[in-house]
This record gives sequence, structure tokens and C-alpha cells, in this order.
Amino acid sequence: MPVRIVATPAAREAIARLRAARGGGLMFVQSAGCCAGSVPMCFPDGEFLVGAGDELLGEVDGCRCYIDKRLDAAWGKSSFVLDVEPGEPEGLSLSAGEHLRFVTRAAATEAG
Amino acid sequence: MQYVAPGQPGSIVTVASRYENFIGGKWLAPTEGRYRVDLTPATAQPITEVADSTPADIELALDAAHAAKDAWGAASATVRAAVLNAIADAIEQNTEMLAVAESWDNGKPVRETLGADIPLVVDHFRYFAAAARAEEGRSTEIDKDTVAYHFREPLGVVGQIIPFNFPLLMAAWKLAPALAAGNCSVMKPASPTPWSILKLMEVIEGVVPPGVINVVNGPGAEIGKALASNSRIAKIGFTGETVTGRLIMQYAARNIIPSTVELGGKSPNIFFNDVMATDDSFLDKAVEGLVLYAFNKGEVCTCPSRALIQADIYDEFMDRCLKRIAAIKQGNPLDTATQLGAQVSAQQLNKIVSYIGIGRDEGAEVLIGGGRARFDGELADGYYVQPTVLKGNNHMRVFQEEIFGPVLAVTTFTDEADALAIANDTLYGLGAGVWTRDGNRAYRMGRAIKAGRVWTNCYHQYPAGAAFGGYKVSGIGRENHRMMLDHYSQTKNLLVSYSAQPLGLF
Repeated sequence: MPVRIVATPAAREAIARLRAARGGGLMFVQSAGCCAGSVPMCFPDGEFLVGAGDELLGEVDGCRCYIDKRLDAAWGKSSFVLDVEPGEPEGLSLSAGEHLRFVTRAAATEAG
Repeated sequence: MQYVAPGQPGSIVTVASRYENFIGGKWLAPTEGRYRVDLTPATAQPITEVADSTPADIELALDAAHAAKDAWGAASATVRAAVLNAIADAIEQNTEMLAVAESWDNGKPVRETLGADIPLVVDHFRYFAAAARAEEGRSTEIDKDTVAYHFREPLGVVGQIIPFNFPLLMAAWKLAPALAAGNCSVMKPASPTPWSILKLMEVIEGVVPPGVINVVNGPGAEIGKALASNSRIAKIGFTGETVTGRLIMQYAARNIIPSTVELGGKSPNIFFNDVMATDDSFLDKAVEGLVLYAFNKGEVCTCPSRALIQADIYDEFMDRCLKRIAAIKQGNPLDTATQLGAQVSAQQLNKIVSYIGIGRDEGAEVLIGGGRARFDGELADGYYVQPTVLKGNNHMRVFQEEIFGPVLAVTTFTDEADALAIANDTLYGLGAGVWTRDGNRAYRMGRAIKAGRVWTNCYHQYPAGAAFGGYKVSGIGRENHRMMLDHYSQTKNLLVSYSAQPLGLF
């Protein structure tokens, strides 16, 4: 299992709340920009069909996190931090809580 | 002049305290009675409240659409075209009101909604009214006594999910062909821009048969999914981001229905050295062509967000462009002089500003702009970003990732082959621009760029009749063209024998 993503305490709390409320697992898929703002999409586990073109970044409290391999290569980021911030979820993503959404940041050791 | 903000005394736009869903020709309160506040990005102040719907409301909308679909599908092309033309007429008569509502909901300058968005909406309905009338089936004489007839039949009820960047125009791009082909629609607007389309529904509710158009507002994770994965839709149309596009296509695959997805882009805008051969109006047009990255605040899937400039004209050409960018008038979107309005949401604003930081960190040079734009007074909390230009190279993240803001990444190229290599070095393939006085070169470049639309000596024009859609991860399908009638129809073949002779097999 790769470990290219870690979560902040706030993100882990949001995941725990969401799992308790929904009664099921979750997964994250990094979005590519456009109107969805390059945020990670949070789906019920298994909702998004991953394939050979997707890279597993790691697991956060049992939630698998993926990125498109071509996007990963284009971004060239070695590691990510999953966090939450005020805002609404994008696309069909689950919210991280009332007026909260998940975001990914580059690890602090890395520019960008 | 500056328009009075919607809902204020003297405004041409009335604002109710809350808006319900438009279902079956009626305004229906969301089943669970929940509403949420809709802000204007110009001031970050509330406009109104809109429905915060649940999957039960999608089912109500599907009920209404299914109740309407047989009569609408059986209506003659003459009748359907008359409805589309009546929609166009009603919108045209309310151009100014809708332009102001659209500007206020989205943050885009009213000069754009008056000059582009709303007139294009009107024309789009007229184009598809005409296309529906001119459509003909085909018949083939298989042999002397056998004829294959082909009839176009409506799919039935379609689901349509639209983005925030052109709320009314994207609605028109999807509704006009769907209705022209005899379908009924259940549409989910984007969460940041739920209101202007409801003003549009107020304008056209008297001319659209009940149930033919249904609009339901609410969160994507609940009602977007409930619509896209529903077994009662016959097609899903989506414009938005790539991961969501993949998920939409997965839902469509589960129900074995077609999908059209128009996704992101990182479009190159290529300027060859001959644009500077003469100091004339064409050069002026090319300079404007570069500055069009700021059109609609850069919140366009086809934003020409990568400018590739031939190295030997870079200094002089960029100097002219930077002067034009410096002259951009930014401010209240309701001022007809404003050229650059507010980003659609606080999160878009934050993302754009963070990308400018990423560009700086990876060594890009900030040629102009570089941060949030601040205004005093009522605009103080609005979501404004300075028009920004970053100089760097195509391997930088700001050249590869879609920023969706008024941020241009600029680099140079040596020759045609170099320009083409840089242009195609992207995941996306939605739009591109080529500027040159050499027609042969323009043709070669246009054909070699892997993108669905190559603007040649122009940019950001979206006339009905020019097919629009993506190569690569920018999507599947085309819009804006009569071929859309195929995407929204079934083909019925009657294979008819006019012979009385048995086959003789049994």
C-alpha cells in the first residue's frame, strides 16, 4: 500500500462523522480542475469505478484515495495532505460537513 | 451605466424571498421543505433562497416529464419548432432583465451577458427550431421491392446537469436540441448559480407545455446522483469536471443509456510572428485574442489559458498585450463598463489565488496582477482576482492544470513544430487558437492540434451551427450543431418488403 497521502486531524474527524452518519465506507478521487476546483471528490466506497488508469495514493483511515495516472504525472507531486476547509462540495462529491469540503494540499516539504 | 442590483428599488429584476423547483409547469416546494441561501459573488451578499432538494424531488420531476413525454414526442416538428421560437421570443423580450439576473448570480460582467450570453441563448433556440423543421429521414432502396426507412424518434426523458460558468447559455445548449428532438428534460443547475435559470423559467413558463422542462436545485451528491443514475432517464448530458464526467458515464453504463460529457480544458492560444508583420487592425485583433483569457473571468472550459508566442516577437507582442491587460476595467459586474467581474465563489477565488502562489513557487514570473483584487464599499467582500499573467514553461503545473480564473500562463516557441508539440502536450483537447496571416500554416496547425475546436484568427466565439466538444479527456460528444439531434434521438428503421413472393426457405 503506497503512503502518498496523509490526513489532518480535521479531515479524519470529518471522515469519522461522515462514515457514522452514512453507515458505510468512503473513497476519494482527486479531481482535475475545471469548475470543480482541483478538490478531492468524496464518494461512498466503490461508487467510482477505478481502473488501470488510476493510481492509488494510499489509504486514510480505511478510505482509499486515487488520482488519474496521467494527472499524477502532469502534477508531479510526491505526496498529498487531505484537509477540510469551509465551502461546498463540488460535482457529485459528498460534503465534509455543514458548509465544509475536503481539499488536498501538497505536503509541506514540497513546493506547491 | 450601472444597473440597480436585483431586488433593490428601481431594479429591472424582481427577486422573491425564495424560489421553489419548476416541475410539471408549476412551482413546487421541495419535499423536505429545505432551502439554502444563494449569494451574489459581486458582494458576497444573499440574493434569495432556493430549494435544497432531495432525491424525492427528482422523482417528482421525472414523474412530470414522463407524463408529458408522449404528447411532446408526438407533436409535429412544426409544433415543436413553434414552441422553441416562442421560447426564443420571450427570452429576447426580456434580454436586459435576464442579462442583469445572470450577471448578478454568476459575477460575470453585464456587458458580456447583454452582448453574448443572452443573445446566444435566443439564437440557439431559433437554430434548433430551424434544424427540427429542416430535418428529414432517409430511405434506402435495398433492392427493387425492399425499402429501408429511417425515422428519428425521441429518446423520451433526458437528464441534464449544467455548470456554473454560463448558467443560461449552458441550459440553452442542452435544452434546445433535446426539445427539438422531442424529448422532455429534467435539469439540475450548478449549485453556485441556481437562481438565474429560475428567472428564465418565469419568462418562458407560459409558452412551454407543462413537464417538458423541469428544473430541480440541490446538492450534487444527492440530486445529481439521483438524476444521473436514474433508470427513468434515457440519456444524461453533463458539462463539468473530468472525475464527475467519468462517474456520470459509469452511471450511464449501468443503465445502458448514452451520455454526452463536455469536460475541462487547458487550451493553447498560438501567435506566430507574422501577426506583427503590419501594425494594423489584425494585429489589434490578435492582441485582443490573447487578452480573451479574461473573458468570463477565465471561468470557461475553453479559456485560452496557455499563450504560446513565437520567440522573435515575444517582447514587442507581449508589451502590447500587457498594456491592454493593464487597461482592463474590473469592478461591479452590473456596470456596463466593467470588463472583469467576480469569480463565482469564495472557493474558486481561493483556488485561483493558491495557483498563482504555486506558479510563483515553481519559478514562474508574474508579469502582471498576481493576487486578489480589493475594492472598497459594497464590493469589499466580493470574489475578485486581478487579471494575471505568469511566464514560464509548459512543464509547470500552472500550464498543465485548469485554473478556471483570469490567469494566463505564457511561454515562447521557436517554430511551427515546436508550437505544435507544446500545444498538444496536455491532457485536454477542448479548444485552441491559432493566429497567423499565413492561411496554409493556419490550416496545417488547425488540423494537427488535438482539440475539438480550433479558433483560427479568432477566439471565444460560440455561434450555433459550429460543432463544439472535446478530444482526449475533454469529453465525448458535440453540442451547438444540428448533429445534436442525433445525440438526442433513437433511430427507427422500418425494413419493408413490397414483394408478394415468399422467401422459399421453409
